[in-house]
Amino acid sequence: MNAVETERREHYLNVNYGLKSWLLTTDHKRIAWLYLVSVTFFFFIGGLFATLIRLELLTPQGDLVQAETYNKFFTMHGVTMIFFFLIPSIPAVLGNFLIPMMIGARDLAFPRLNLASWYIYILGGLFTLTAAAAGGVDTGWTFYTPYSSIYSNTNVALTVIGIFITGFSSILTGLNFVVTIHKMRAPGMTWFRLPLFVWSHYATSIIFVLGTPVLAISLALVAIERLFDLGIFDPTRGGDPLLFQHLFWFYSHPAVYIMILPGMGVISELIPCFSRKRVFGYEFVAFSSLAIAVLGFLVWGHHMFVSGQSVYAGMVFSLLSFLVAIPSAIKVFNWTATLYKGSISYDAPMLYALGFIGLFTIGGLTGLFVATLGVNIHVHDTYFVIAHFHYIMVGSAVMAYMGGIHFWWPKMTGRMYPEGWARLAALIIFIGFNLTFFPQFVLGYLGMPRRYHVYPPEFQVLNVMSSAGASILAVGYVLPLVYMIWSLRYGAVAGKNPWRARGLEWETLSPPPTDNFEVTPLVTAEAYAYDVAEPEALYSGRPAHV
Amino acid sequence: MSLGFSLFPEQASTMAGRVDALFFFLIGVAVFFVSLIFFLVVFFAVKYRRRSEDERPMPITGNLALEIFWIVVPLGLTMVMFIWGALLFFDTYHPPKNAVEINVVAKQWMWKAQHPQGQREINELHVPVGQAIKLMLTSEDVIHDFFVPAFRIKKDVLPGRYTTMWFQATKPGAYHLFCAQYCGTQHSGMIGRIVVMEPADYVRWLGGGATGVSMTEAGEKLFQRLGCSTCHRPDGTGQGPSLVGLFGKPVELQGGKTVTADENYIRESILDPRAKITARYQPVMPIFKGLVSEEGILQLIAYIKSLERQERERTQR
Repeated sequence: MNAVETERREHYLNVNYGLKSWLLTTDHKRIAWLYLVSVTFFFFIGGLFATLIRLELLTPQGDLVQAETYNKFFTMHGVTMIFFFLIPSIPAVLGNFLIPMMIGARDLAFPRLNLASWYIYILGGLFTLTAAAAGGVDTGWTFYTPYSSIYSNTNVALTVIGIFITGFSSILTGLNFVVTIHKMRAPGMTWFRLPLFVWSHYATSIIFVLGTPVLAISLALVAIERLFDLGIFDPTRGGDPLLFQHLFWFYSHPAVYIMILPGMGVISELIPCFSRKRVFGYEFVAFSSLAIAVLGFLVWGHHMFVSGQSVYAGMVFSLLSFLVAIPSAIKVFNWTATLYKGSISYDAPMLYALGFIGLFTIGGLTGLFVATLGVNIHVHDTYFVIAHFHYIMVGSAVMAYMGGIHFWWPKMTGRMYPEGWARLAALIIFIGFNLTFFPQFVLGYLGMPRRYHVYPPEFQVLNVMSSAGASILAVGYVLPLVYMIWSLRYGAVAGKNPWRARGLEWETLSPPPTDNFEVTPLVTAEAYAYDVAEPEALYSGRPAHV
Repeated sequence: MSLGFSLFPEQASTMAGRVDALFFFLIGVAVFFVSLIFFLVVFFAVKYRRRSEDERPMPITGNLALEIFWIVVPLGLTMVMFIWGALLFFDTYHPPKNAVEINVVAKQWMWKAQHPQGQREINELHVPVGQAIKLMLTSEDVIHDFFVPAFRIKKDVLPGRYTTMWFQATKPGAYHLFCAQYCGTQHSGMIGRIVVMEPADYVRWLGGGATGVSMTEAGEKLFQRLGCSTCHRPDGTGQGPSLVGLFGKPVELQGGKTVTADENYIRESILDPRAKITARYQPVMPIFKGLVSEEGILQLIAYIKSLERQERERTQR
């Protein structure tokens, strides 16, 4: 198929035009774009706050902004990055776009609910942005009581209501994915032929559905205590401030897995494709996602090791936290083994994937440090913890997101991104990230507590290193924004399968027609049949493997 | 307190070396696995790089023995970490019997400490080297956290209850005290110094700022002034139970339950006496919430703790 034909053919992007056709669409692919634009917006808002944080920490005196302003910066950074970027990023953009195509369906099970969930997300976002514009909030993204419910005089209620609303968007998306994966698989798409991306989203969806309501309840209770003066967490009126931490982390620890599991799904697609090999130990990778989702619900107490909870509770939560490390280790070993005797190319998505393995390994292993009770009592609430979770949430989750966006960009747009620039950006992000966050491990063990506006001068050298790294990282994130937009118009026409990848999404055209497939595919092989010669059918518009 | 650039914190408590030893074990494990994964990824990526566009490698679906191997080995290693870490943690919960108790009350944004002999200090804590110190921590407002990096320990400080921690300093000097739990605007200003002194210097320091009134004496005065002594008579003839020998012992409650009379129980029984009523007594005690400060409660507790010793000394005389 030549370029002219691609341009003229009707597909989901040119089937109709105008703002209304986008804002009222029920096409999962267009909704994915709505999310892509919104999460990108929130990513750069959160990034702006990160930049301000790093600028402030260049000097120990706290001379750039007032303490109260600094506290609002790190709160807004956490709130926007976690609730409005990381949690929706891969599921709502790539999951939305790909899950129906990967299982051979025309759309998600509830297309209107899918659109509604985007509107709910935007509504929640508007509440939170309004809170920011009206003076901000200074509690930290964790909203610990009784500070958040009694003592803070910033816009706590408005912010938590925003997050409360956005939570429903996650619940609906999760529900939609679960039903879709159960009921709408094409003939022959058995559970064990599902791409691992779908498995990881299935596990994520379970957390969405079971965990998010608990977050909603705990934040609602904070709002109720603030607005109606009821004693829930306030100890002077018989409340229990620790109750909030239990409720909050019951969701917010699994939320870490909401952020990383979809990324693991992306990596499980990228590595086989760019190694031209079936993923090693498919079943182990698939079930480790479910194990993480289940065990993830049982480890919330490791955020409370120094809270004064009973010594035995600490031990149980420590033990369970070590157990949840095992499925993550299984994945890393299996991805590495997939490379063995493969045919490895260094396209940009693969660079992101290899970078992910390295950074996730560091993030995961330092997780063992904080799970170890005897070490936790020292590093808890220090920059060690900051560094650890940024290796997971940025070093891993964002790397996977970037890799995934590059990988499926030709499918989403019909255009290739500029490969040279993309490799350069991947390299800059990897270097910038390590420069930013590795010094923070040292800083944390030295004892620098998190959320410090002013800090002792002996910590300055490492903070300057970190800020310098952050400026490199920022370049790495702005570059793709520029060249991806450029490629929408000037990128080379992609063709249906530029990577010669397997998986149903590559068997339809790029960009796909509104109904995804011209004929409902009949699946006879798994998504990683890289040993089979590419069938002619792949290029004829008819489904492969028939 | 060094102002230079360093990569590793000072060790100044009995716990510091033990935490660091475990930390180095973890570093060893982490460096091994990071190196292994980095090496394998780079090695495979180079060795098996794509040499022609039409390469089609042989599929390898998996290897059960290998999977079991890399489940069992990490599991074993993490269990070593768990047990080692848990033993250390367990010790941080159990101060030695001879530990000297110092009370610390946190509020936005300062640390207030009171020594048993009555000395008070703000944002500083003077302690003797080589002596186990147990801190009773509570907060007047939000959650704070008492963190001394050179001692490798921290503990949250909560409003409405006591948490405890203990340490034994090994080296005279001044060390950072940080609030590690975000507590509002001046969180990063809620810092102080732990001054570790030779025992002789400490005794001299105690004498220097003496108020003349020890914790126990202050508690006794408060006990009289609030009228506690009217009902809680030492011989048990009052309307309330005798408090002599109460501390640390089990107390039988109405309804048959038993609680241990620790600091949190005494605190609750002062502020909200109806929460737990001692068996065979009427709920007639007034509520003291709002009538006595956090420091006052700590003094009362110190007095109640001292009653058994005082009584014994009196009868021996």
